[in-house]
Amino acid sequence: VPCSSSSLAVSLKAALIIQNWYRGYKARLKARQHYALTIFQSIEYADEQGQMQLSTFFSFMFENYAHVHKEELELRKQSLESEQDMRDRHDYVDLIDVPDSYNGPRLQFPLTCTDIDLLLEAFKEQQILHAHYVLEVLFETKKVLKQMPNFTHVQTSPSKELTICGDLHGKLDDLFMIFYKNGLPSENNPYVFNGDFVDRGKNSIEILMILCVSFLVYPNDLHLNRGNHEDFMMNLSSYFQLHGKRILQILEELYAWLPIGTIVDNEILVIHGGISETTDLNLLHHVERNKMKSVLIPPTETNRDYDTDSKHNKVGVTFNAHGRIKTNGSPIEHLPKHEWEQIIDILWSDPRGKNGCFPNTGRGGGCYFGPDVTSKILNKYQLKMLIRSHECKPEGYEICHDGKVVTIFSASNYYEEGSNRGAYIKLCSGTAPRFFQYQVTKATCFQPLRQRVYTMESSAIKILKERVISRKSDLTRAFQLQDHRKSGKLSLSQWAFCMENILGLNLPWRSLSSNLVNIDKNGNVEYMSSFQNIHIEKPVQEAHSTLVETLYRYRSDLEIIFNAIDTDHSGLISVEEFRAMWKLFSAHYNVLIDDSQVNKLANLMDLNKDGSIDFNEFLKAFYVVHRYEDLMKPGVTNLG
Amino acid sequence: MTKERNQALEIIVAEFHKKIKEAFEVFDHESNNTVDVREIGTIIRSLGCCPTEGELHDLIAEVEEEEPTGYIRFEKFLPVMTEILLERRYRPIPEDVLLRAFEVLDSAKRGFLTKDELIKYMTEEGEPFSQEEMEEMLSAAIDPESNSIHYKDYITMMVIDEN
Repeated sequence: VPCSSSSLAVSLKAALIIQNWYRGYKARLKARQHYALTIFQSIEYADEQGQMQLSTFFSFMFENYAHVHKEELELRKQSLESEQDMRDRHDYVDLIDVPDSYNGPRLQFPLTCTDIDLLLEAFKEQQILHAHYVLEVLFETKKVLKQMPNFTHVQTSPSKELTICGDLHGKLDDLFMIFYKNGLPSENNPYVFNGDFVDRGKNSIEILMILCVSFLVYPNDLHLNRGNHEDFMMNLSSYFQLHGKRILQILEELYAWLPIGTIVDNEILVIHGGISETTDLNLLHHVERNKMKSVLIPPTETNRDYDTDSKHNKVGVTFNAHGRIKTNGSPIEHLPKHEWEQIIDILWSDPRGKNGCFPNTGRGGGCYFGPDVTSKILNKYQLKMLIRSHECKPEGYEICHDGKVVTIFSASNYYEEGSNRGAYIKLCSGTAPRFFQYQVTKATCFQPLRQRVYTMESSAIKILKERVISRKSDLTRAFQLQDHRKSGKLSLSQWAFCMENILGLNLPWRSLSSNLVNIDKNGNVEYMSSFQNIHIEKPVQEAHSTLVETLYRYRSDLEIIFNAIDTDHSGLISVEEFRAMWKLFSAHYNVLIDDSQVNKLANLMDLNKDGSIDFNEFLKAFYVVHRYEDLMKPGVTNLG
Repeated sequence: MTKERNQALEIIVAEFHKKIKEAFEVFDHESNNTVDVREIGTIIRSLGCCPTEGELHDLIAEVEEEEPTGYIRFEKFLPVMTEILLERRYRPIPEDVLLRAFEVLDSAKRGFLTKDELIKYMTEEGEPFSQEEMEEMLSAAIDPESNSIHYKDYITMMVIDEN
């Protein structure tokens, strides 16, 4: 042990050096974590925006496509939009029997808490609930939801605290965690689930089942609010498709009957997204909420003879003045434009620090609302606080607008293992809200920070690169335009400018550059290296690269469109339909692809030459291959 | 200064501004050009600088409002950070200096430090670690079998990580 003063000073200095270095290292890790989160979030919202823009395409399509398959499309529109009260249980549930051989959970109607336990146990064992029960639960849930008002009023007390959960997005482990930590729903343990139960995670149906069954057992103590993903068009392309058309049909209605929000102790408003400066709670209490089918369904007129006065709203949808459109058959009803917009604002808006109310350009729907808007609306209705969800937060929750707005998000590790915690709130009148956080991890031992950051970062960079490759042609053109000397190199600034402009993502490009591109010793970017080690697989050799790139880029949009056209949910569309649809698509999205190339591709994809295309197979054929995908990065061995 | 040098400086400063803005925006959760003061250290370090805790404390005082609000505004942060980058202040610790620091603490020249020794130095000397910082460093650095830190390997791994 050194005891002289000079060696003490030396060891002090040594310790300081190590601490200084470590803090720098840790801060850079934290920054990398934030960069990864920013990437995930930007891409998520850009995708949502892309989906919203589909609504414009749909109006375009319905107007121009009708002559090709008028009847089928009429039926489709009618089934999408008409009130299905006429259909009863017989059309859904009774058509499917549960075979004796079925080993999964069997529910007993009327449901009791035993059924909740049964389901939870079964899902923990990864059993699958038979379609008969799924349909029955959904059908019964819809019936009860119809009796609920647009806003449920809830009172809390010390013996009856209310738990509020945010987005779950199909992540079953998080729901299990919440029930484990906070107990199952009951008369003394009420819950609010604030929307976005489904989509993205792989257990959407299971979560929906647990929540619906709990709701049926405790309809006054389990409250479900609609989220922007409780929209059958938003999850048309997800795996609900696998579960058959009947489930989709009931879901269409069930989602629309979900209440808009909850009001707690007359002072806290709980809704999924947010508000706008024009939010009118009185109006929202009275709208016919079930007429809000989907944010993507534009009510267009196919009967041109009908005298209309149509207007465009901010998502490019057309309505007539009374919200009614007549077609060849029954009247199809929609909400008037201003009511539709009120609901969109509730489901899609995000709070921001800047005063005022601006269109939510990130998502393409709803608005960004500032602290002044919050104060104004809360004061107007004598409320104290707004609790909302809709945005992933690293800690599972976030408080803003001077304590008046709380974001609660319950899907931990939403983007990637280690990306964020999940949280829930416990409310009791007279006391401050309490927050509880958790994180569900797959690893049996706790991973060190650097490992978690590395996992997140690689995942984020990977999806960003997929974005980049899907815009290769446009990016290359932009780079070359800037490269006056044809040197193959650009300054970091020029490269960042092109990336931001073409991809439309507001990301810290300079900080990310080392992960995305080669930089020479002078700090200049070899821009074509943006595309190295990754390519889009060609489904057939003959397919032209630009076509392949375009199809890859628009594949989720195309998936939704194909599913919408596929009226009998067969998974097949005719080559004729494909061609007609593609013509419209390329015209609307300004895609400069030769029609002959698409025809050629359509023929090549019609493998059994029977005139129909399995579009899921078709779309799956366009995917990205990352070179070096499975190689471990050197140095990533777990030392501890 | 000559005209060319002025122009060159302008370009450098413009690049720094963009770089600083990028790093700042990532932590600006509410998109209102402010960040929580507790994130300033992370931002400065993510830009490649390595101030000590004491130096960081002084920097924060420089960029804070007269009446501290808990938030730092971009307008105040930008000129201070630009200056730091231009003057190349708070340069990172070179690998060999770091190695020598460990070697100083390892007076018996064994090539490693025991867990207890590291904890003692890091939490009692210099600018002591918090418990969280100590746990985090240990989780990655420690070899569970020998309960010690083979610092040369540790440093090598960290350096690879950062590059």
